[in-house]
Amino acid sequence: MSDQPILSMRGVTRTHGDGAAQVRAMVEVDLDVVAGELVAVMGPSGSGKSTLLHVAGGLDQPTSGTIVVEGQQLGSMNSTALAALRRGSVGYVFQELNLIPTLTAAENVALPLELGGSGLAAAREAALEALAGVGLDGLAEQFPDTLSGGQRQRVAIARALVGPRRLLLADEPTGALDTRSGEDVLRVLRDRVDAGAASVLVTHDSRHAAWADRIVYLRDGRVVDSSAAVAR
Amino acid sequence: MSVKLGILALLSQQPMYGAQLRAEFEGRTGGTWPLNIGQVYTTVARLQRDGLVEGDGVADDEGRKEYSLTDAGRAEVAAWWASAAPPSSDPRDELTIKLALGVTMPGVDVADLVQRQRSAGMQRLQELTADKRRGPRDLAAELVLERRIFDAEALVRWLDHVEGRLAESATATTSRPVVDHSSEETS
Repeated sequence: MSDQPILSMRGVTRTHGDGAAQVRAMVEVDLDVVAGELVAVMGPSGSGKSTLLHVAGGLDQPTSGTIVVEGQQLGSMNSTALAALRRGSVGYVFQELNLIPTLTAAENVALPLELGGSGLAAAREAALEALAGVGLDGLAEQFPDTLSGGQRQRVAIARALVGPRRLLLADEPTGALDTRSGEDVLRVLRDRVDAGAASVLVTHDSRHAAWADRIVYLRDGRVVDSSAAVAR
Repeated sequence: MSVKLGILALLSQQPMYGAQLRAEFEGRTGGTWPLNIGQVYTTVARLQRDGLVEGDGVADDEGRKEYSLTDAGRAEVAAWWASAAPPSSDPRDELTIKLALGVTMPGVDVADLVQRQRSAGMQRLQELTADKRRGPRDLAAELVLERRIFDAEALVRWLDHVEGRLAESATATTSRPVVDHSSEETS
């Protein structure tokens, strides 16, 4: 595990609405995630877990505070630069996988690279490598509806991590899966983190959060506790 | 109870020496419950007293005595496999007592207590999960470890539930209409 944070959040607050109707989804949150570290975020519904993930990945803007991803401060970037950073450095895995049903597993994984300007051959090669990395090397030409739930989730993880991306943001990625498939997904996530990525995993499932090095607890948008890292 | 029946079950497979019983018990349960040899001999002596185990009392060249099951011992083991194990958790555990007292006493920050306990429970779960990731191990050891993981998870889930109940209870208390007796007219 390196000491260089891939994600650094300082005093991050996100409010919605004004006046009496104002809702504070995140309040003065500080969070660093270094390379090789998996941080789980837990808390009751409405505690700000998903907001934290959206703000960390530049999908939403904080009301105040700073967010630095791979040394770049998100607040100072224009929308084009932000989109390029998201494509190049940040991978997202959500419960809704958003795989494109008319594309094969390999084509789904290659798509973000092609959108980022990679040539078709290079994107395909990287996609096959990413699929092999999640144990799906024999299934690259399958369409999503011919894969199991666990396999589809692993395609989504491969897509999230394809290319040089080093920050993986996962929102309940095991939510729709049975225990064993959920564990397979976590094993893949854990292995990629151990290989040098950094990840934030939002989950309500304590058994899944236990795969993390550190657990951050949110309540009413605030960090109320943070468990010590476990020696591995 | 579990050590006694575990030893009987092992002896139902073949006669064994004391040290062998200890090694087999530990090996087959993933080393989760270490036994000291004195505990093995004390248990075997009780089982002999109860007519479930017999030994010829003659030590071999290395000073070891072999033990085997009696017919009554074999019947005991058969009955054990055929019945459901009683619940093993002690309902009077410290945490339950602490929470039950905490919610009835002013000045105790029960929400904080729940969070501290959950954090400790999660740390335990992290350690067990890391242990599992270090695998592979044999099926029996894996099942024993997973049982501990499920136990740790159950405790954390119960604490989540307690937190939810505390929040509900706080909302019910604050939203309860306050009866203002000061404006009531006396006639």
